[in-house]
Amino acid sequence: MSPEIIVAAVALGGIITYAVLAGADFGGGIWDLFASGPRRNQQRAAIEQAMGPVWEANHVWLIFVIVLLFTAFPVGFAALGVGLFIPFNLALLGIILRGASFVFRAYSPHRSQSVAPSPMARRWGVIFGVASAMTPLLLGMSLGAVSAGGLRIVGGQVVISGIPPWLTPLALMTGMLALALCTYLAATYLANETTGRLREDFRGRALLAGTAMAGLSLMLLPLLALGAPHLWQGLLRPQALPAVLLGVAAALVSGWALLRRRYRLARISAIIQVVCLLAGWGLAQYPYLIYPDLTLSAAAGSEATLRFVLFSLPLGLVLLLPSLWLLFKVFKGNGLSASKQ
Amino acid sequence: MDSLTAARASFAVSLAFHIIFAALGVGLPVLLCAAEGLGLWKRDATWYALARRWSKATGILFVVGAVSGTTISFELGLLWPRFMNIASGVIGLAFALEGFTFFLEAIFLGIYLYGWDRISPLAHWLCTLPLVFSGAAGTWMVVSANAWMNAPAGFKLVNGRATDINPIAAIFNPATPIEPLHMLVAAYQVTGFGVAAVYAFALLQGRRGAYYRRGLTLSLLLGTVMAPIQAVVGDSAAQNVAQIQPVKLAAMEALFNTTTGAPLTIMGIPDMATQQVYLAVRIPKLLSFLAYRDVNSTVQGLNAFPRSDWPSYVLMVHWAFDLMVGIGGLMILTALISWFVYFRYVRRNQPVPLRIWLLRGLAIMGPLSFVALEAGWIVTEGGRQPWVIYNIMRVEDGVTTTPGLGITLFLFIGIYLLLAVTLIALLLRLGRDKNPFLPPFQQNAPKYVAQQDSRDTTSDADSSVDSSVDSGANTTAQ
Repeated sequence: MSPEIIVAAVALGGIITYAVLAGADFGGGIWDLFASGPRRNQQRAAIEQAMGPVWEANHVWLIFVIVLLFTAFPVGFAALGVGLFIPFNLALLGIILRGASFVFRAYSPHRSQSVAPSPMARRWGVIFGVASAMTPLLLGMSLGAVSAGGLRIVGGQVVISGIPPWLTPLALMTGMLALALCTYLAATYLANETTGRLREDFRGRALLAGTAMAGLSLMLLPLLALGAPHLWQGLLRPQALPAVLLGVAAALVSGWALLRRRYRLARISAIIQVVCLLAGWGLAQYPYLIYPDLTLSAAAGSEATLRFVLFSLPLGLVLLLPSLWLLFKVFKGNGLSASKQ
Repeated sequence: MDSLTAARASFAVSLAFHIIFAALGVGLPVLLCAAEGLGLWKRDATWYALARRWSKATGILFVVGAVSGTTISFELGLLWPRFMNIASGVIGLAFALEGFTFFLEAIFLGIYLYGWDRISPLAHWLCTLPLVFSGAAGTWMVVSANAWMNAPAGFKLVNGRATDINPIAAIFNPATPIEPLHMLVAAYQVTGFGVAAVYAFALLQGRRGAYYRRGLTLSLLLGTVMAPIQAVVGDSAAQNVAQIQPVKLAAMEALFNTTTGAPLTIMGIPDMATQQVYLAVRIPKLLSFLAYRDVNSTVQGLNAFPRSDWPSYVLMVHWAFDLMVGIGGLMILTALISWFVYFRYVRRNQPVPLRIWLLRGLAIMGPLSFVALEAGWIVTEGGRQPWVIYNIMRVEDGVTTTPGLGITLFLFIGIYLLLAVTLIALLLRLGRDKNPFLPPFQQNAPKYVAQQDSRDTTSDADSSVDSSVDSGANTTAQ
């Protein structure tokens, strides 16, 4: 297997991890915006507690992917920077505002436990919620854009004719799906990390998001078949089909588990669902980085750089994985045991 | 505004903003490690209280550093796609390694900030070690990428594509050992002086107690140890520039004509038309000595290079250089005075003469140290223009073709202003508040203090910091 394919697989792994971990943080922000009912302050507190220690580490997976992309696929990164200039800038805006407003709100003059937040905290809270919705929407749209076929590269130059590739119906739908996915993951995780009525709140939200996700997926199917037949064919290829089918099965199991209040099962199957969905997308997209003009091999940098990236990856992961394990053990270990009760 | 100007302005604004938080993110873990280490070792609540407060500040500063750093990683591609097309394949490995260190930093900072009462005190203190390590290693990697732009190595450019790539040679380019070190020491310096200024200001405001005195002493220790080190490192950096970028050195010194036994030109106004520097102070032969360690050596002037290769803003580069060196000199002076005062008066428990003036000086040195940081960055970046990769690629050949850069420029300037204003307001609030967020530490605090002095186990959260602090100082003084 050529080195660029291995690096691409690692980058896809990075995207998947980012979706599973940081996606839930974005979803948390959205639920923060839509916190409602008598327990809305507790809902917000639970979200803040769940995100606080881990969201920055989760965010770094995006940087991991970006850096892999520009190191291993410089041509592709340059093309994406031009072709997706607007959505990337907007996503960036969302990333800056989400992170800053989360910590600014936490440091604002604060409610003492149950009292309502101060005006300053409330304003940053709204920005936090809106930015949390904006970022996954735009990143999802960008993902749709590289698969949909509207982003053309002719003679090394990015050419866009007609509507921008990230605003095609398929891209918009991918963005919406990403949004639904984030809210689903967040609500499912939060149901695992809370108890009592708060847990019921998040269970209800998870069911809502799950329904939205199923609806969006069904609407996406005809769009794929008509608007992006290559991707449709790709998903039905024997390499990708098992992942897709497993993903659908996991989605069904996850929904059923939520209904039956089997939260840990709901969480693990929701994760499997996201992993399968994105892995299926990656396999269907193969061998393209940007369909239809830029393959992974054409976008790849020099052999020497790819090899060095591949050598440095295990070294980095040896440091990284135990550290990540420690982080989640310290902060999510209690959550795991709490959900057993 | 044309694309090139907008792209340069955007990237300059992003970096000028990010560098402040990056430097503090690298330096503060050193202070955290020291303060919490002292607290653990001496079972002392005051040191712990300092570490607590600093960890709060680190938390908010790190987030702003992280999001502005993310902006830069995106902007590399959004603003400079044609540069990245060549550069990232060659020097991308440095960014990849930096990515890992950033990962470690984010992970251990999460554990550190939120783990005060979840892990043992020793384990918590140990978390500062990966923070110190990853900050230093990350600085090293990311500045080696900048050094590569100044001293490109490890590839050949054939028909607009990089070939014969050797990423290790690119990382260890001729400017690498010295430029990253210069930045790393600068990060420690601004952290030391920046934090010291906060406590100098607090003492000027009439705050009393060992909490403030120790905050000042420890941060000033970092700053004053680094200041003389920086003199040596910065001198080597200048010699390095003389070797690999003589035109940058000429701009830094506003030297138009190649001169044997060149003087050091301090301040003055370089006139590009007449090629004179007006109102400058000149020290004979010093530039020749500093650049080549020989008072009679020949230093190339700007005229030795084609006009099109001159740095775009000679005045700015020259003044930024003088500003950086000048403030660096003030830091060394501050270090000498601080050490003298410490050993002559503070250690002997004697009243410090001119105390108010010394504190005022320290309070000013904090902001000035950041001015020096920015000035240094302007020298290295401004002095490299018009090249994005020195002598290989010009900025106009690296910039994007996308329209609308002016809009994103003002958008990001607006966002950065909003962040800066809010951040300052929140940090001031954090400083004012005697006990901003009653730390879980308070639950552990008596355990530590009790072994030392039972009077300090006050349950009053508001005064515990101050009172425990004073007794802490007494025990040290005895």
